[in-house]
Amino acid sequence: MSDHIPTSRGPAIVAHGLRKSFGDVVALDGVDLTVKAGTVFGLLGPNGAGKTTAVKILTTLLRADDGTAEVAGLDVVRRADELRSRIGLTGQYAAVDEYLTGRENLEMFGRLYNLPTDVARRRADELLAQFDLADDASRVVKTYSGGMRRRLDLAASLIIFPEVLFLDEPTTGLDPRGRLRMWDIIEELAAGGATILLTTQYMEEADRLADRIAVLDRGRVIAEGTTDELKAQIGGERLEVTVSDEGDLPRAVDVLRTHCGPEVQVDAERRHASVPVTAGARALAAAVRELDGAGIHIDDLSLHRPTLDDVFLSLTGRVAAPTEEEAAGDGGRAPATEGAR
Amino acid sequence: MSAPAEPWVRQHIMRSSGPGRALTHAAVMAKRHLIQIPRIPELIVFATIQPIMFVVLFRYVFAGSIIVGANESYINFLMAGIFVQTVAFGSVATGIGLAADLQQGLIDRFRSLPMAPSAVLTGRTIADLVRNMFVVGVMIAVGLLVGFRPDGSLFGWISAIGFLLLLSFTFSWVGASVGLAVRSVEVAQSAGFIWLFPFTFASSAFVNPANMPGWLRAFVENQPMTQVVNAVRTQILGLSPEAARALSISEGAEWRALAWLLGILVVMVPLAVRLYRRAAARPR
Repeated sequence: MSDHIPTSRGPAIVAHGLRKSFGDVVALDGVDLTVKAGTVFGLLGPNGAGKTTAVKILTTLLRADDGTAEVAGLDVVRRADELRSRIGLTGQYAAVDEYLTGRENLEMFGRLYNLPTDVARRRADELLAQFDLADDASRVVKTYSGGMRRRLDLAASLIIFPEVLFLDEPTTGLDPRGRLRMWDIIEELAAGGATILLTTQYMEEADRLADRIAVLDRGRVIAEGTTDELKAQIGGERLEVTVSDEGDLPRAVDVLRTHCGPEVQVDAERRHASVPVTAGARALAAAVRELDGAGIHIDDLSLHRPTLDDVFLSLTGRVAAPTEEEAAGDGGRAPATEGAR
Repeated sequence: MSAPAEPWVRQHIMRSSGPGRALTHAAVMAKRHLIQIPRIPELIVFATIQPIMFVVLFRYVFAGSIIVGANESYINFLMAGIFVQTVAFGSVATGIGLAADLQQGLIDRFRSLPMAPSAVLTGRTIADLVRNMFVVGVMIAVGLLVGFRPDGSLFGWISAIGFLLLLSFTFSWVGASVGLAVRSVEVAQSAGFIWLFPFTFASSAFVNPANMPGWLRAFVENQPMTQVVNAVRTQILGLSPEAARALSISEGAEWRALAWLLGILVVMVPLAVRLYRRAAARPR
């Protein structure tokens, strides 16, 4: 055990020029990343963008073909073993033993982190309480819900209070309630000062959780910045109106121009107009009042938040759908893709 | 939820590496699998019902029509074959278990831990050894119930059980390699069994090879499963050299069995460890 000081000054993750190919498929094509200690960094991209490959390299599971990376100040190749005592990883699927109980799982992982039996047991109890699993601690994981498994999985990656926590698509496959719960947990960890790198396909998730975001596409970082910077780059929220009567469209556009801003886009054929807004909800309320006051009948009025698709469309000019090749290189771990291999 | 502010466990992390750590982690993994056995229906079947069924079926279906020679009853002849077959078939469970770990992302997690790389495999093969010991015990008991009356000495029994344990351990590594190579539970199941059938049935396990056609006999008498069956049979029945010859067991079967098993083990252990590292590193 090193006498290590939890908050080091340097960055928690530094990667330079990471490249990785699987056969002909290029998963990472020169990725640079810097993550400051104590922050949450979001790696945003569609299936096959290379997110999982990047996480696997940073957590010592895969070796890059080229490039270097340091996590917690340790080279991921040369000091891999030491590094494994300092990081936690939660993968895309809850990697816990179905036939063990919640407590048995955590005790086992604690022992594998080289904790003595009694310490592993105490820490397991602490985490079970922390993640609301204490009542189910003696039940076999097979009987857990998806959300409970994910929480247990996350608990397992927190056993040694990792300096850097990697969360690979932590909410994929969860129902909306499970997702909100997981977000709360991640926010609390972040508030406690943890350094977290999380990957996600959801703009909304990155927006809510991450201090900085890097957008990954075909193995390259195509944009990076704070959520505000990225939103400014892609245009942020838009207010969208569809009027019932085509004749009302010019007047509706006037209303939008006055109350929201000059850059109104009009699609006369669809009786549709949209405008970028900054104070979304307030603009929406104002627009409703004004349109109503002007006697304009509307079919639809909505606030459109940028999605990953919008980010991609704006950054690359194409939709964020993975090609088959790319999906094979990274992406889903479903047995089906394995069988097809 | 409220997270404890102090990372108190860090000061308890044991600084360990090398063989000590490998042993501790192997024991942790072995414990994991032993806890699992009574909770996984397939494993209970593998461990109890299947061996009982084999003993009883072979005993009553074949005993009337098979004469093996050397004045041995068929049940006495049969038991060595049943022991070997059951232990060998148990290796399929090793492969299925590893393929399942891979599929569920558990191997990724293990590899992200400061673990001895060999522990996942040694832990599992050791647990399988314990399970097989139990299985052999069950079969001996069932055999005695249906008329198995061996004349082997205590030493003979000890050495026979030693052979069975070595067989179990060796074949577990073969099963592990199969599971890691195919990476899917379903394929591990069929691929794990398919190669076992010719080696088990084209052997001296259930019949005296003397009655087989010459070309088959050449294979049967020179393949490893036959050597192990012959070694176990000689030991548990306390066969005299003449009786052994009458059962087509040539002298030195024990040494040939030992050489085969150790030889396979020496090849399969590094192969399985290599496959483990490679399989776990491949993206999915």
